[in-house]
Amino acid sequence: MIWGVLQFPGSCDERDALHACSLVGEARLVWHEERDLDGLDGVVVPGGFSYGDYLRAGAIARFAPAMEAVAEMAAGGAPVLGICNGFQVLCEAGLLPGALLVNEGLRFVCRQVELVVDPSAGELSSPEAGKNASGSSPERLSIPAKHGEGRYYAPGDVLDRLEANGQVAYRYAPGQNPNGSARDIAGVSNEARNVVGLMPHPEHAVDPLTGSADGLRVFEAMAALAA
Amino acid sequence: MTVGAPKHRELGLTDAEYELIVEQLGREPNDVELAMFSLLWSEHCAYKHSRKLLRRLPTEGERVVMGPGENAGAVDVGGGYAVAFKVESHNHPSAVEPFQGAATGVGGILRDVFALGARPIAILDSLRFGELDSVRSRHLLDGAVRGIGHYGNSIGVPTVGGEICFEPPYEHNCLVNAMCVGLAKTGEMVRAAAAGVGNAVVLMGASTGRDGIGGASVLASAELGDGDEAKRPTVQIGDPFEESKLLECCLELLERGLLVSLQDLGAAGLTSSAGEMASAGGVGIDLDVARVPLREADMEPFEIMVSESQERMLAVVEPAKVAEVLALCEKWQTGAAEIGVVTASGLVRVLREGEPVGEMPVEALVDGCPLYDLEPAEPEGWIYGNRATLAAGASPAEELLALLASPNVASKRWAFEQYDSVVGSRTVRRPESADAAVLALPESGNAIAVSIDGNGRRVACDPYAGTVEAVLECAQNLACVGAEPLGLTNCLNFGNPEKPAPAWQLDRAVSGLADACTALGVPVVGGNVSLYNEGPEGPIYPTPVVGMVGELPDPARVAGSAFAREGDAIALLGPFEPTLAGSELAKLRGELDVGLPQPDVAAVAAACAKVRDAVRAGRLASAHDVSDGGLACALAESAIAAGLGARVDLQPLRERGCSPEVALFGEGSGGFLLSGERAELEALGAIHLGEVGGEAIEIAAGDRSLTVPLADAERAWRSLADRVEAGT
Repeated sequence: MIWGVLQFPGSCDERDALHACSLVGEARLVWHEERDLDGLDGVVVPGGFSYGDYLRAGAIARFAPAMEAVAEMAAGGAPVLGICNGFQVLCEAGLLPGALLVNEGLRFVCRQVELVVDPSAGELSSPEAGKNASGSSPERLSIPAKHGEGRYYAPGDVLDRLEANGQVAYRYAPGQNPNGSARDIAGVSNEARNVVGLMPHPEHAVDPLTGSADGLRVFEAMAALAA
Repeated sequence: MTVGAPKHRELGLTDAEYELIVEQLGREPNDVELAMFSLLWSEHCAYKHSRKLLRRLPTEGERVVMGPGENAGAVDVGGGYAVAFKVESHNHPSAVEPFQGAATGVGGILRDVFALGARPIAILDSLRFGELDSVRSRHLLDGAVRGIGHYGNSIGVPTVGGEICFEPPYEHNCLVNAMCVGLAKTGEMVRAAAAGVGNAVVLMGASTGRDGIGGASVLASAELGDGDEAKRPTVQIGDPFEESKLLECCLELLERGLLVSLQDLGAAGLTSSAGEMASAGGVGIDLDVARVPLREADMEPFEIMVSESQERMLAVVEPAKVAEVLALCEKWQTGAAEIGVVTASGLVRVLREGEPVGEMPVEALVDGCPLYDLEPAEPEGWIYGNRATLAAGASPAEELLALLASPNVASKRWAFEQYDSVVGSRTVRRPESADAAVLALPESGNAIAVSIDGNGRRVACDPYAGTVEAVLECAQNLACVGAEPLGLTNCLNFGNPEKPAPAWQLDRAVSGLADACTALGVPVVGGNVSLYNEGPEGPIYPTPVVGMVGELPDPARVAGSAFAREGDAIALLGPFEPTLAGSELAKLRGELDVGLPQPDVAAVAAACAKVRDAVRAGRLASAHDVSDGGLACALAESAIAAGLGARVDLQPLRERGCSPEVALFGEGSGGFLLSGERAELEALGAIHLGEVGGEAIEIAAGDRSLTVPLADAERAWRSLADRVEAGT
């Protein structure tokens, strides 16, 4: 499994994402002007403020040359993971449904949150999650969230459809929604389940020393998609 | 002379200084030269009222890689790596426009650190405002916190710690001090000295506009007062995206060995960076303003030379490497232009399309400014006023709750949750989880701890002892996470040095700083001085802010400040001899007055060493220094953070001669509140006070005994957000 981690001018979390990917496979940075992503098995669109995000978060990055190649890979079934700004970029690019709005509290918020992995989200859920579906409590991940524009929004009928299809990959645990996201949604996937975006940052949670290693589960689940 | 006189005064130069410029040039300066002199001879750039005092500070040590005079100081952390750090003020810009003032304060200190070739890995801030019941203070607080978050979050450097205090003397003149810490390979760091006659001078980053003109002289080197609104154009506007690209570009240029030297453009813009690079290298520099990329056409040469437009760096490059440098700048979409050349002339020459428009000896411009002796005089008694907010006859429980809810003591979660504290994936201890921030360094296999401290109110009570205490508090914070201090940076925020009382405060504080650092063996590797911090009601509290960096071998062994386990013993270690002088309780009671006990630095240092060794050996469950609000507040903080109560008896302190109230709420250096196995704590020589457990904070203190339910204590301690938003 060889990951590519996109790097835009203004990316912040690309080196941490690169490190996280290297724990579950091989990884290299992909400069935003690269068009040829041959040889990569999956892509991470990392957090940050691509091109300064002075228009609308992710609205400029979706036009990056590298994003054309990412769209092709996504269409071919390769795993594509968008984190924070990457999630915003994937929504702007139409690879994921919905949009990310300014936080309900109107302020940037950085805090450790618990995510509930939706048992119906297929491979994203851990092998043990099969048991969860049959009764025991679902898998929870402790991961930091940090963003100013992370309130997930989609029209009600779209939300209904996402839930019915098992596309709501991650929710904030009850009472922990930091931004007012609709239905506590922290992350979603596309219908084919190979493109996933989430606001919290699994790449900053790969070592108990810095708070948690639960983020590795997100990368492992994405890597399993490529297998 | 009569024609020039009004203009030089307008620019902040005295008549005598103007005469000296004429003498050194051998003629009257033209407008370009006068503008450049007025900035480099300002207090902000020339340190003309503080430089003599700063010679008292110890600056040398085994681990010092770079000391004062460079863009930032740096210390060796082992494994071939060095940590660069510096704290700098952006007080007056923040008082005029808090969001941009604070944002560009962060931007500026980041550039100082990456100018050395160090990648910034942490930001800390030390902020001071008036009381929260003031609309102005809430506006400044909100703007400054948003500004810091905006810049730090956007550029991907974690804000890992800091402090915020609220005192009436900061009402008009808030303080915004930002500290940055960076990591570099020791052998690959770069200095700011220009070198190599014939080498090119390349300006990188943002284009140059009319923002921030006169920031260093008009704004930073004069008291605030009426008409500050009119100074808004002197405040710079920050763009973290520009800086992000510039940062990555500079680090890549240095990694590829393409630069001879590098300097950031801060106060006084091109004038100071070119002047200082030439001065440090003993060379001259020719600059052609027509080659500077501009935001607005028709800028005058003097405007181009003094503009404080942000996100710019100046580099010296060998001619053969210029093309490669420009190409890399293009890759990072950051501007770059060859604007000048290093010469052997010893002059800074400003050209426009090749025609000279200004020509000054480097020495006169950079080092020619007269240095002044202060005329200090100790003020008689307490000059700052008192404001009682705690009802007389309050019970001890009410006093504890009032102290926990006091914005100086209360949790600052409202602020630090607006900062990204985790980017970089190094943050082992996030804000308020330990006394110092801890950052893992996988590169060198160890970790660093960083703390920033200063208590202006206590410095106002006794500038010498209060400053010693600030240094000791940093050292204690580092000890609590097992770190050994390597170096120190400081920002001296004081009032008008031309007045006797602030001059006396500054003089005494610098002596305290020097003596404490010497006694602890911690070198001062850099710093910044911010004077003229006064509003219509007088000077701010004298506020030396100290930032300290320490090293620890194993970040997995770091203790937190929260109690860890029910049933653990609680004990007090160190030469803690509290009094109510200058304390938070004295403030709430409106009983502030001059005078503090003199701390015993050697005894505190010995206690720090004990705690540090115990933490490193994994013998402590928690460690927290006793600070604002005294032992009762330290106990409550460790309990609230753990969600565990505590039962203690302060009889041992009463046996040391403390009254019950002093034992509860008295303050002073040297106290560590520890928890763990009772036998371990007693083996360290700590005095047993009680146990962790229950759902209340129960303190036996004679006739001032108290019991406060943990939930009530937590509600008081977490009340800051409501007070900021609701303005109560």
